[in-house]
Amino acid sequence: MPSHLDHNAAGAAMAVWFAFAVPFVAAVGYVAAAGRVRRRGGIWPWWRTALWCAGLLTAATAILGPETLRRHDFTVHMIGHLLLGMAAPLLLVSAAPFTLALRALPVGRARQLARLLHAEPVRVLTHPLAAAVLNAGGLWLLYTAGLYQHMNSRTWLHLAVHAHIALAGYLFTAAIIGVDPAPRRPAPRVRVAVVVAFLAAHDILAKYLYVHPPAGVGAEQAKAGGKVMYYGGDLLDLILITVFCWQWYTVSRPRIRRMAT
Amino acid sequence: MSRTDRRGATGRNVLSGALLGVGVAAFVDETVFHQLLHWHHFYDKSTPGIGLVSDGIFHAVGWLAAVAALFLFADLRRRRVFAPLSWWAGLLVGAGGFQLYDGTIQHKLLRLHQIRYHVNLVPYDWTWNILAAIMIVVGLGLLVRAYRMAARGADA
Repeated sequence: MPSHLDHNAAGAAMAVWFAFAVPFVAAVGYVAAAGRVRRRGGIWPWWRTALWCAGLLTAATAILGPETLRRHDFTVHMIGHLLLGMAAPLLLVSAAPFTLALRALPVGRARQLARLLHAEPVRVLTHPLAAAVLNAGGLWLLYTAGLYQHMNSRTWLHLAVHAHIALAGYLFTAAIIGVDPAPRRPAPRVRVAVVVAFLAAHDILAKYLYVHPPAGVGAEQAKAGGKVMYYGGDLLDLILITVFCWQWYTVSRPRIRRMAT
Repeated sequence: MSRTDRRGATGRNVLSGALLGVGVAAFVDETVFHQLLHWHHFYDKSTPGIGLVSDGIFHAVGWLAAVAALFLFADLRRRRVFAPLSWWAGLLVGAGGFQLYDGTIQHKLLRLHQIRYHVNLVPYDWTWNILAAIMIVVGLGLLVRAYRMAARGADA
């Protein structure tokens, strides 16, 4: 391994600290908000809290695993990337954190948040196409423009890349299967087309990496990592697609029961 | 039931079948030929960029198609408009179409990967593509019958 990848213990410590602190604060905040809603006589299902905590745990594992185990193993990195960018967002989005916030906050604050959620920049960012471009585009930049190598030697870049993967993953997942209040989502067929395009971009990148390793990654590691990305991405997208179809199935339930013939 | 209802239901039956056909063909291709037999290769050194793009898109469509098809099927059943003939016609055309595309464009034109390596490819290629063509022809035949019956209001 090139030595410049390794003299960054302080950066690793910082990433570990973030991976503990951010999910911890997010979990405490969510549980407190759910408790508040219940004390006021409202309902907040326990399984949403469970989804939120599982999502945070997944995100923390995604960062801590590669940091503490084998930082420069491309396969481990790729598993972390799938967990952080796809698995954690699936869980977190399903936990409906903004719905909870709107119910838990005092009326004035809730109104402000609702306005924010419908503001112009949010509307642009939460459009499936914008979210997909942010998500897939970020990955292509990371692995084909040399960012991956620099990421391992610069702390701020390391944190920025992880934050981007998590946020872009969240935005994309929310744009496809979000349950929180959001600007009007495009028709199902548009969202389906975006999912196909995103998954295709993910698959193409995975096969591309299989033969064109990013700088600093060996040929065998790139092959293993590329396969993990290809098939792991498939599996997680299968969940995304199934949830999407399930939502469509529920919403398009026939209103009037036909007479049995 | 009105005639437009019937025709719409038939269209959706064909769509559900076709999507499942594509999904099943993609699944068989991946499971049997890539994973179990190891005939197909994940990556063939002669694969050009456009081959990767085609593979990526078809792989993505395959997954989505299978899941969407099953939910559409459930929807047809709960609406009591499932028409088996149209559905099977769609399935055969979908599966055959995917396999023919895979066997001609992806294997031959784009040289994504071959059916099998270190063997004479000719019988493999012909078997692959003729099977695909048979599925398409039978599927189209069923489809014509289904539409004729639907026009008479009899396919259910």
